[in-house]
Amino acid sequence: MSSIALRLTGSRGIAVVLAVAGWLAKFVAVVLVIATFSFLLVHAAPGDPAQVIAGQSGAADDKLLSQLREEYGLDKPYIVQLATYLKRVVTLDLGYSYRQQRPVLTLLAERMPATLLLTGSAFLLALIVGITLGTLAGVRAGKWSDMMLTVISLLFYAMPVFWLGLMLVLLFSVQLDWLPAFGYVTIGVPMTPIARARDILWHLTLPVMSLAAVYLAIYARLMRSSVIDITHQDFIKTARAKGLKQGRVVVRHILRNAILPVVTVAGMQAGSLVGGAVVIETVFAWPGLGRLTYDAVLQRDYPVLLGIFLVMSVIVIILNLVTDATYRLVDPRVTTRSAS
Amino acid sequence: MNRREFSKLGLVTGALSISSIPLGLSRAEGQTRGGILNTIIQPEPPILVTALNQQQPTLTLGGKIYESLLRYDFDLKPIPGLAQSWDVSPDGLTYTFKLFPKITFHDGTPLTADDVIFSVMTLLMETHARARGTFARVEKAEAPDPLTVVFKLKAPFAPFLGAFDCTTAPILPKHIYDGSDYRKNPANARAIGCGPFKLKEWVRGSHIHLVKHQGYYRAGEPYLDEIIYRVIPDAASRSVALEQGTVQLTQWSDVDAFDVSRLSKLPNLDMTTKGYEFFAPHQWLEMNTRIAPMNDKRFRQAVMYAIDRKALLARVFFGLGRVATGPVSSKTRFYEKDVKQYDYSLDKAKALLDDMGLKPGADGKRITIPYLVPPYGETMQRASEFLRQSLGRVGIDLQLQGVDLAGWAEKFGNWEFSMTMNLLYQFGDPALGVSRTYISSNIRKGIPFTNTSGYSNPDVDRLFEEAAVATSDAKRQELYSAVQKVLVEEVPIVWLIEQDYPNFIDKKLKNVITTAIGVHETFGTVSLG
Repeated sequence: MSSIALRLTGSRGIAVVLAVAGWLAKFVAVVLVIATFSFLLVHAAPGDPAQVIAGQSGAADDKLLSQLREEYGLDKPYIVQLATYLKRVVTLDLGYSYRQQRPVLTLLAERMPATLLLTGSAFLLALIVGITLGTLAGVRAGKWSDMMLTVISLLFYAMPVFWLGLMLVLLFSVQLDWLPAFGYVTIGVPMTPIARARDILWHLTLPVMSLAAVYLAIYARLMRSSVIDITHQDFIKTARAKGLKQGRVVVRHILRNAILPVVTVAGMQAGSLVGGAVVIETVFAWPGLGRLTYDAVLQRDYPVLLGIFLVMSVIVIILNLVTDATYRLVDPRVTTRSAS
Repeated sequence: MNRREFSKLGLVTGALSISSIPLGLSRAEGQTRGGILNTIIQPEPPILVTALNQQQPTLTLGGKIYESLLRYDFDLKPIPGLAQSWDVSPDGLTYTFKLFPKITFHDGTPLTADDVIFSVMTLLMETHARARGTFARVEKAEAPDPLTVVFKLKAPFAPFLGAFDCTTAPILPKHIYDGSDYRKNPANARAIGCGPFKLKEWVRGSHIHLVKHQGYYRAGEPYLDEIIYRVIPDAASRSVALEQGTVQLTQWSDVDAFDVSRLSKLPNLDMTTKGYEFFAPHQWLEMNTRIAPMNDKRFRQAVMYAIDRKALLARVFFGLGRVATGPVSSKTRFYEKDVKQYDYSLDKAKALLDDMGLKPGADGKRITIPYLVPPYGETMQRASEFLRQSLGRVGIDLQLQGVDLAGWAEKFGNWEFSMTMNLLYQFGDPALGVSRTYISSNIRKGIPFTNTSGYSNPDVDRLFEEAAVATSDAKRQELYSAVQKVLVEEVPIVWLIEQDYPNFIDKKLKNVITTAIGVHETFGTVSLG
């Protein structure tokens, strides 16, 4: 911190340092509040990990339960447990999952790539296709092609995602035998890196299609109404009046203005990217973070749950910053307004 | 058969097994070797060390990695495991086991009598609740030579020979665990046992990959090269995996009950419900007998009469099982079928309730009772709805409350329930798996799967205790028959179904279900042909 301050000279530099410091303080405060609340939340649920293990073993005695509670640190008062946890948060130590016998950080790191691949691909696909379809529908508002697109996107939006997943499996895996029904890679077959990448892509197709469908529908609907709204603005009439071609009007004038609501919503949804997609990960046996979270809830695996909450909250805060930056990129007026 | 004859039988089987080693070899040459078995594990186990965790998936998979002294045939008679022969002294106090030579752990270290004594007397006593109950009865264990283990009991305990299956008494390497904090031992990640398969790779959330243990003591075994347990959390996806041949074997509740008849028709699959004799899962409706009206025998009998258990079996469990007639499963030793019968009769149920003074109100309801839906899947949900409807017909209004496993175990263990369904394994002998639900000394708050209903009857306590230490089977049968008659009259618990589980087995796969623990067995002789 101080080395940066030294290099920056003048009041402007100090202002920047102060701004960054203020932002960091807010960041730490928010993270600590989230950590405390998530601690209280997970401990408010009835039962504890010892009882889950006993419940799944079909036999138990006092010794087993007290051993497990001692090992998990659950024999101490809540306030002591909370203090220990917050101390660890500050030192960036996510703790150890006794249930899974490994550090929480390792567990998260193992699952994160699979989740980011799945949700990231679905998100990108949904954005590209959703914005394209929404724009097409918007500029053709009222025509039959618009109707078709609206009906399809409504259908996707209303469809339960697990059901869509199962139907895709029935069609593409069971009936046609084109795509694998589940898993993220063919197991037990040695492969070259390229063959492995292709294999993963192959396994990725169905879950991404299922997951993208819902987002896609939202973006298409949003984009359509936004495009219709913008189309009726005066500056579009001006653009047309000065003789611009339809394509140029759509891309340069309508699209750029209409995309803001989509960026807002997409920015909010980006947070769920790291959370994973429990339902899709379950249907397709995708080894992602969503399932890890879900299992951790059921098993009352507190360290894992708290670790996930913490990492997610940090990423959401960062993603909010990225969304703000995207606004500025898409719409220069945002910067001007905030600077003035 | 008395105790002495029984122990002789042990010797004979032991002797037979020695002579059958060369036979086993020649038979092995006729087997197809190699290949990969793909199957399912769900839910994903937290760790693989069966001595430290006894959740069902851990035990299913761990059976390939960890072995114990004995195995059990479908009639629950012991057959050689790590022990090639065994002998029981006439007074029922001394048990002598002779180990097979040349047994090695996955790290290459030889397994000796010291490892057995360490596992049973030290490690399991610390970590395994069920084993603790049995092995606490051992006064001392000795190893006169590296291949002989002698257990001396404090008092006779009839089911002692039934406690050496791989789920109760897995043998772990002493040189790795001795003196360490067992649960935190870093070697847990490598899961080192002496079974025919060892852990190669575990990709969390995806699969667990086992490969052949080259130094396995049974010559020629295992026939398979590899076993891959895939984690497939969704029941519909598991059925698809089976239909497509991605997996060649399913077990326990991998396949939902309603999918069983459809998948049974597939030409490439066999379905069997064998291989659960040791566990004999017993499904019942449990009532908290501490509180009214469940503290009244007439009420419990009325509930018994009001449930059409045949319809429950046919409609909810799709015929997978039998109607339970009492506390002991018909698959378990010392089952008594000549007990009071509770046929389905709404009239008898209503008469008993009337007799108690529980008259129906204006809305037809006699009483409203909260009911915890057990968090063990779709079938339990449906069974609970069936019970609500059945009891509703006689004016008992069940209020179903959904909870997850942690919440259920807490409420149930702490006796904060009125009614719920429960499923317990019988572990081959009433003294191991049945008495725990009914004896007063096992009423322990906070612990699930104890005597949670709070039923207490000194006669029942005495009969169970005498039966556990009696040394002749005839005497034990007499005592167990007596206690079963008392319990069925008193209905501390409403027994519903002896639940069967389907194993779907690809027709190419041979020798899968060979003992009373079925899919938990070592799979040393399983082959793909």
